Amino acid sequence: MRVYLAKRILLIVPTLLGVASLVFVIMRVIPGDVALLILGGDSGQIDRAQLAAMHHRLGLDQPLVVQFGTWLWAALHFDFGASLWTGRPVVEELLVRLPLSLELAILATIVAVVLAIPFGMLAAMRQDSWLDYVIRVISIGGLAIPSFWAGILVILFLVINFGWGPPLEFTPPWVDPWANFQQMVWPVVTVGYRYAAVTTRMTRSTLLEVMREDYIRTAWAKGLAERVIVIRHALKNAMLPVITLIGTEFAFLIGGLVVTETVFTLNGVGRFVVDAVAHRDYPVVQALVFVIAFGFVIVNLLIDLTYAWFDPRIRYR
Amino acid sequence: MSVQYPLVEASASAPLAQRLTRGDQVVKFIRTKPLGAAGAAVILAMMFVAAFAGTLARYDPYQGDYSLQFARPSTEHWLGTDEFGRDLLTRIMYGARIALFVGFTASFTGCTLGALLGVLSAYWGGTVDLLLERLMDILLAFPQLILALAIASILGPAIQNVVVAIAIPIVPRVARVVRATALSVKEHQYVEAVQALGAQRKRVVFQHIVPNVMTPYIIMLTAQFGGAILAEAALSYLGLGTADPTPSWGLMLSGSAPLYAEKAPWMAVFPGVAISLGVFGFNLFGDSLRDALDPKLRRG
Repeated sequence: MRVYLAKRILLIVPTLLGVASLVFVIMRVIPGDVALLILGGDSGQIDRAQLAAMHHRLGLDQPLVVQFGTWLWAALHFDFGASLWTGRPVVEELLVRLPLSLELAILATIVAVVLAIPFGMLAAMRQDSWLDYVIRVISIGGLAIPSFWAGILVILFLVINFGWGPPLEFTPPWVDPWANFQQMVWPVVTVGYRYAAVTTRMTRSTLLEVMREDYIRTAWAKGLAERVIVIRHALKNAMLPVITLIGTEFAFLIGGLVVTETVFTLNGVGRFVVDAVAHRDYPVVQALVFVIAFGFVIVNLLIDLTYAWFDPRIRYR
Repeated sequence: MSVQYPLVEASASAPLAQRLTRGDQVVKFIRTKPLGAAGAAVILAMMFVAAFAGTLARYDPYQGDYSLQFARPSTEHWLGTDEFGRDLLTRIMYGARIALFVGFTASFTGCTLGALLGVLSAYWGGTVDLLLERLMDILLAFPQLILALAIASILGPAIQNVVVAIAIPIVPRVARVVRATALSVKEHQYVEAVQALGAQRKRVVFQHIVPNVMTPYIIMLTAQFGGAILAEAALSYLGLGTADPTPSWGLMLSGSAPLYAEKAPWMAVFPGVAISLGVFGFNLFGDSLRDALDPKLRRG
């Protein structure tokens, strides 16, 4: 186990290094000079000295390798620099927006788990029955309906029927739980539906696979009740891929909230990163991509370790 | 008491299950997988509309009539008109072309490239495998939307760039699955036997490994198709996909549709119905295809 653990942790390093270089290169390849943008765009009124001074102030006049090295070295010490636009530290900007996105992601995950496991189980237990069909159609619907469209419809419905207006500022749950609930309930429903749909399908298909295993046949032969077989014997083994999916989806979600946050005009991490790319705010984009990738890699590591913990065959491979 | 039990005869003459012809297979698929057949019907309808949009549609998708701004759905304009007086049904019909084009090219390119890399990784092993796997890890960990955002910013908002942006994130996912399948095929004794007989690498890969990874490849292809349509819609909605006046379904929902949603709700409703229905069809079909092709999921 120890060798396996060491190997898995070591493999994180090249991945994160790769992500860091990739985002650095991509951001510099994108056309558009951030110094020009800050100084007032393409009006043609900017003289060279002013531009050069701005480049120097932002540290953009140094060779790319030096810029990359400085950034990476600082990032390894959890110092992601300051936004080129506001001058405030990236971490500070991030901490303002993270609670909203995190709350959205966590609540959506809860919705997904609570709905997906029982319904996926039901669908698998009654494969090809009308119940299975209904659950499958609803869950495939969750994958087919674009979340931004669901959001538009919800807003349309709320505006027409209740004269609802989008909230201007995020209220954290510890300040006013009711106001927070009102703000978050619809975004959570639109994100959670899709998430629940993916998870339901996974639960159904893995459970179907497990139900064909020999030890399940033995359990039937022993005369155990269906409930006992499914819950105590099958579900336990079917849960591993489902947990994997929930984990990876969660990691994806943090980076994928852009659309939902745009529809509901929420000031979260997703919107932040889109704006940062548009403004060529290099440190912000680099930090966000790095943090998202870090989260993704850590979630994956935890999943692999859970697997190895449960299944000794993996450890010795 | 002279009852005869023709047991021996019956078992001896039990006919072998007949090999199904292609037509029989289709009938069997429809009968056992009604949901899959419904999905196939949606896909065929979408292809039909896309192919004959020019003759089916009664109006021009680009040319509007300003006297008919925000017309309600009527017998003239079944789904109403938009802020330029363009017929919504016509635009949605032409939009099927965009959706199918992006869906097909993106999923095909992404899946094929992914499958090739997966086979390569599994067969060559060693350093090649290690490097390719790390590359796939990096691509997986990189947030998909930011990648698409960057590609759109670098290459500009055009339809072929959208395809690139959607295809790249598909590659690592397919490569992983195909690599795992190819690795398990490689372990089979018959592959070892073929190698022992002196078969060339090329022969082993193309005659033995590639046919065996075709099933996961086809399953992934249909699964990614719907996803690609959805991704195009999302990118266009965010203003990173196709540019106006292209009749892309996602683009039709961005900007003006939510803005005028109270006045002309049909603008915000129907393009979304088209996206959902199209993706729904592909997912339904892909799902049933997987059930039919994957022996592990067949009814016991």
